[in-house]
Amino acid sequence: MDIKMDTSEENICLQEKSTNINIKPFKEGIRDGIPIALGYLAVSFTLGIAARNAGLTTFQGFLAALLTNASAGGYAGFLLISSGGTYWEMAVVTMIANARYFLMSSALSQKLSPDTPLYHRFIIGYDVTDELFGISIAQKGWLNPYYFYGAMLVALPAWSLGTAMGVTAGNILSPKIVSALSVALYGMFLFIIIPPAKKDPIIGVLVALSFIASFISAEISFFSGISNGTKIIILTVVISGLAAIFFPVSEQEDDANGA
Amino acid sequence: MERNVYLYILVMAAVTYVIRVLPLTLIRNQINNTFVKSFLYYVPYVTLAVMTFPAIINATQIPAAGAIALIVGIVLAWKGASLFQVSILSCVVVFMVEMFLV
Repeated sequence: MDIKMDTSEENICLQEKSTNINIKPFKEGIRDGIPIALGYLAVSFTLGIAARNAGLTTFQGFLAALLTNASAGGYAGFLLISSGGTYWEMAVVTMIANARYFLMSSALSQKLSPDTPLYHRFIIGYDVTDELFGISIAQKGWLNPYYFYGAMLVALPAWSLGTAMGVTAGNILSPKIVSALSVALYGMFLFIIIPPAKKDPIIGVLVALSFIASFISAEISFFSGISNGTKIIILTVVISGLAAIFFPVSEQEDDANGA
Repeated sequence: MERNVYLYILVMAAVTYVIRVLPLTLIRNQINNTFVKSFLYYVPYVTLAVMTFPAIINATQIPAAGAIALIVGIVLAWKGASLFQVSILSCVVVFMVEMFLV
C-alpha cells in the first residue's frame, strides 16, 4: 500500500515537472509577444481601414485577420475583394503575397526538434508571421512549441482586434501614435538580426548587404513593377543562396549559434 | 456576379495556412545537404534585414524619424538590450523626433 502511494506521488511529481518545463517558455513567449502585440495593434489598425474601404463589416475584418494573420496578404486580399476578382484570382494573389512564409516555415522546420509531434507542427504552422518567426529563430537551441504558443496568445488577438478596430473606428488614433507604434516591429527585427551579426561577421556582412540591396531595389524604377512581397523573396533567395555557396555552414558553427 | 465575402475570406485563410504548414509538416528531419542547410541558416537574417530597410524609414511620417529609430535600434541591439527595450525605445524615438519636426 505504502509503496503504491509512493509511486503515484512520484508520478504526480514527474507530471508536475514536465508541466513546469513548458510553463517557463510559455511565459517567456508571452513576454516576447507583448511588443509584437503593440506593433500589431498599430499595423492591423491600418489593415482594418483597408478592409473597411473594401466594404467589409467589423466582424468580417476581424475574421479575416484571425484566420490569415497576414499583413501584405490581407491588404492584397481586401484589394481583390473591392475590385470583385474571382475566387481563383484570390487564391493566386494570396499565394504570391504570402509566398515568403513558405521560406520562413522551411527555415523554422530546422528549428524544431525532429521528434516534435505533428499536432505541434499543425498549430505552429497556423501563425508563422514575420514577427513570430523572428523571435522563434532567436531562441537558443530547439524551439519549444509552448514558447511559440505564449507569443501567439498575445499576438493573434492583438492582430484581430486591431483590424476590427480599424474597420470600426477608422482614423481615431492620431497619425503620430500610429507612426510611432509602426516601428515597434522593425525594432524587433533589429533585436533579432543585430546580436548574431555582432557575433558572426558573415551574418554582419549579409545584413549590411541586404539593407543595401533592399534599398536599391526600392529606389530603382526598373524594379517598380515587382510587388514588395516578390522583391523580398527574390532578394532573400539570391543573397542567402550566394552566402550558402561561398560560406557553407559547418557543423561547429551551427552548434555555436545554437541552431 | 455578386460574390460572397465569407468565401473570399475562406480562400484567403486556406491558401495562407497551406503555405505555412506544408514545410513544417513535410520537413520533419534535420537536413544534411550542406547547401540547403546553409541556405536555410542564412534565410532568417537576410529576409528580416530586407524587410527592415528601407521599410522603417517609409513607415514613419517623416523619413528622418525612421532613420534615427533605425540607428538607435541597431545600437541598442548591439549593446545587448532586450527585445522589449529595443522595440519600445524605437517607438519613443520616433514619437520624440516627430514631436519636434512634424
